[in-house]
This record gives sequence, structure tokens and C-alpha cells, in this order.
Amino acid sequence: MSFGTNRISKIIAAILLASFVAGCGYNTIPTLEEQAKAKWSDVQNQYQRRADLIPNLVATVQGYAKHEKDVLTSVVEARAKATSIRIDASQLTDPEKLKQFQDAQNQLSGALGRLIAVSENYPDLKSNQNFLALQSQLEGTENRIAVSRRDYIEATREYNTALKTFPTMLWAWTAFRGNKPMATFTAVEGAQTPPQVKF
Amino acid sequence: MSAPAARVLNRAGDRAGVAPWRRRVSAASFAVALALLAFVLLTLACAALTFPPLSGRIVDQAGIIPAATELELEPKLRELEDKSGIQLVVATVKSLEGGDIETYANQLFRTWKLGEAKNNNGVLLLVAPNERKVRIEVGYGLEGTLTDALASVIISNAITPRFKSGDFGGGITRGVEDIITVLTTDASEWGKRPSLRAKQDNVLDPYIPIAIFLIFLFVMLYLNHVASKAQRGGWVRRGGKTIFIPPSSGSWGGGSSGSSWSSGSSGGSSWSGGGGSSGGGGASGGW
Repeated sequence: MSFGTNRISKIIAAILLASFVAGCGYNTIPTLEEQAKAKWSDVQNQYQRRADLIPNLVATVQGYAKHEKDVLTSVVEARAKATSIRIDASQLTDPEKLKQFQDAQNQLSGALGRLIAVSENYPDLKSNQNFLALQSQLEGTENRIAVSRRDYIEATREYNTALKTFPTMLWAWTAFRGNKPMATFTAVEGAQTPPQVKF
Repeated sequence: MSAPAARVLNRAGDRAGVAPWRRRVSAASFAVALALLAFVLLTLACAALTFPPLSGRIVDQAGIIPAATELELEPKLRELEDKSGIQLVVATVKSLEGGDIETYANQLFRTWKLGEAKNNNGVLLLVAPNERKVRIEVGYGLEGTLTDALASVIISNAITPRFKSGDFGGGITRGVEDIITVLTTDASEWGKRPSLRAKQDNVLDPYIPIAIFLIFLFVMLYLNHVASKAQRGGWVRRGGKTIFIPPSSGSWGGGSSGSSWSSGSSGGSSWSGGGGSSGGGGASGGW
């Protein structure tokens, strides 16, 4: 009998402790971490989406502007480089890695910008329906990239803040010692000015 | 005589002694209040964009949509939502507050939470007449239907040519019509084919319920027959088991599609966004 009540009181204590721990924000850090990781995968998806559009775009431009070999090859090369760098969600705490990713994508943005600028010189190309559709898709993708980057920046900001501010900081010191702040995009490229894909 | 004087003196001394302390406190609280005010102002400034409230399916903050157009569009937008659950909202704003229309449209969309939360099926047609910009912002769930390319075509063919000549009502009407066409033609990919098929073997169509009824009747009669036979023969237990028809009797006329249509939020005065979100799909244009 006494063993039974002892057990019950233990269980109750465990439940109380669990709810206390949960109530005190134990879950906050893992939740925010997962959110930030999910936002990151969205960022990567959107960049991938852009990369997927490029072969089609290059093929279309090639049909009209054969002389622009340099620009075309630079786009293809930049794409190859950009797609070769992928960041695992676990590597997000490494700012160096994120910088590499960003640099490669910026290079691709630049090459794409030149390609679009060059295509201005070809009236036939500019009025090609396929090209127009690709252009609007590219434009939409750039916008999606901007949105997903903004979301990621916001999510990492929340996560990093949780690691540094009071109630949740205690958990960062104790239970989540291994959790490091996540790297975020530097504003150098600026999500507010997508490359010259505007018309 | 001396006692009251001392009391007065004492009081005076009190006042003299307390006043600077009080002054310090009030100065400190003033500073705190100032800091708080500055903080509030800063956060307000940092909260970047202000949005008009979602007062209906047409939010004409800029006041460019003629009343007649509004009356004409409203039922179309409601019908779209009733049929498909898609929330299409037309908004005009006085100012983009210095930002680009893409950012403004995305944040406005997310503030209003257009579309059902589960399907993210909202669309926002945003017009900023002062910046001469227009955007179709598409929720996550409709990106595959109303693609960037299609949105771009709608803007450049239906909307901006009319805006150029100052015909905002016409441009918006055509834009909304085209958006609805795109949204409903694709959604009825699955809805249209059965109807096409139904047209081919239309001849049999009216007879199907009759056939079902006849089969039902036969089954009933047969069961009745068996049961009565059983009862007559004394196989009571079997007879009792076989007569279990009533629960299934309603199923042939009911169909399965009853509940799913009414799940969309009903359009009333308290109409609001359904909790959808957008990741920047759609297209923009200018004129």
C-alpha cells in the first residue's frame, strides 16, 4: 500500500516536473531551432528552383544569341558552382559555410543579370513567348528567394535571441550546451535589391 | 507658542528636505517615461509597414474603384470562395511606404492571412496607383495553378493596358475575371472530365437512379421472401439475422459530397482571412 502511494506520488512528481519544465520554456529552444532549419531548407529549395530554370533559359537565349558565348558559359559555370554547394541544416552554425553558399549564389545572380541585360539587344528573343514566360518565372523565383531569406533571417534571429535572453538562456546553459547561434545572411547583397531581372 | 512654531518649522524642514528627493524621483521617472516613449516610437518605426484593415473582399484604400465595379466584383469573389474555398481579395493602397510592391504585397498577404490555413489558397491583387505598380500575390497552395508566368500574362494583357488609360475599374475587373478563369479552369480539371464523360453516355444517366431503386426493391422483396419463408419454416434465428436493411436504406440517395462544400468560411459581416500564407509567388507589373 505504502509502496503504491509512493509510486503514485513519484509519478505525480514526474508529471509536475515535466509540466514545470515545459512551462519554463524548455521546449522553446528546440522549437525555434527546428523552425529555423525548416526555413533554411526553404531558402535552399528556392535557390534550387532558380538553378532548375537556368538550363531552359540558356537554351532559349542560345537559339537567338549565339554570339554571346561568354555570358552563356559564365551562367552555366556559375550555376554549376552554386549547385555544388549545399548546406546541411546541421552546418548552419558555421558562418564560413554560409558565406561560401551566399557568394556562389551571388555570382550566379550576377551572371544571370548579365544574361538578361544582353538579351535586351535581341528583339526577336525579347518577344519570344517562351523567353517571356521564363523571365517572369525567374522574376518570381527571385522574389521567392527574397521572401524565404527574410523568413530565415527572422527565424534565426528568434533562435539566436532565445539563446541569449533570460528565461530561455538558462536552458541554453544547461540542457542545450551544444547549441550555437545560427549564421544568418549578411546584408551586403541585400534581399531588397534582387539582380537586374526587373523590366 | 513655541510648540506649534517648532511643528511649523519641522514641517518646513520636512518640505525642504523632501523636495529635492522628490524632484530626483520625478526626474528619474520622467527619464524612464521618455525612454519608454522613445522605445515605443522606435518599435513603431521598425514595424516598417502599416496595412489597411481587411474590411471585405475589396479594400479600396486608394479610392480608385468605382462603386458600380465594386458591386459587380463582390459577388464574383464570394462565389469563387463558396465554390472552391479560394479567397481572392482586391486591395488598393495609397502608398507602399517606400518599399517595393513585392515586399509590401507579401507582408500584407501574411497579415491578412488569405486563404484556408491548410491549403494556403489565397490570392491578392494589389494596386498601388501612386507608385503605378500592380501585383498579383499568390498563396503557397495556388502557385502551381496561378503560376508566375500566368500572373505576369494577366497583368500585362488585362490590367496594365487599361490602367494606362486611367481605367482602374476596367483593369481590375478584367484582372479578377482572368484570375478566376485561371483558378477555376485548372481546379475543374477533375470536375470537368466527369461531366464530359457524362455527356457521352448521357442516355443512361436518368435511368441510373431507377435501376438502383429497382435493384433495391428486388433485394427487399427477396429478403422479405426469405424471411417469411424462414419464419414459416421455423428458421427464426436466420430470419432475424437477415432483416437488417434499414440502416443502409438512406445511402443510395445521399451521395458522398454533402459536408465538404460547406466547410469554407461563410461570407458574412465578420468575414476574415482563413489563415493562409504566401511565399512570394505571383508577378508584378507597372504602367
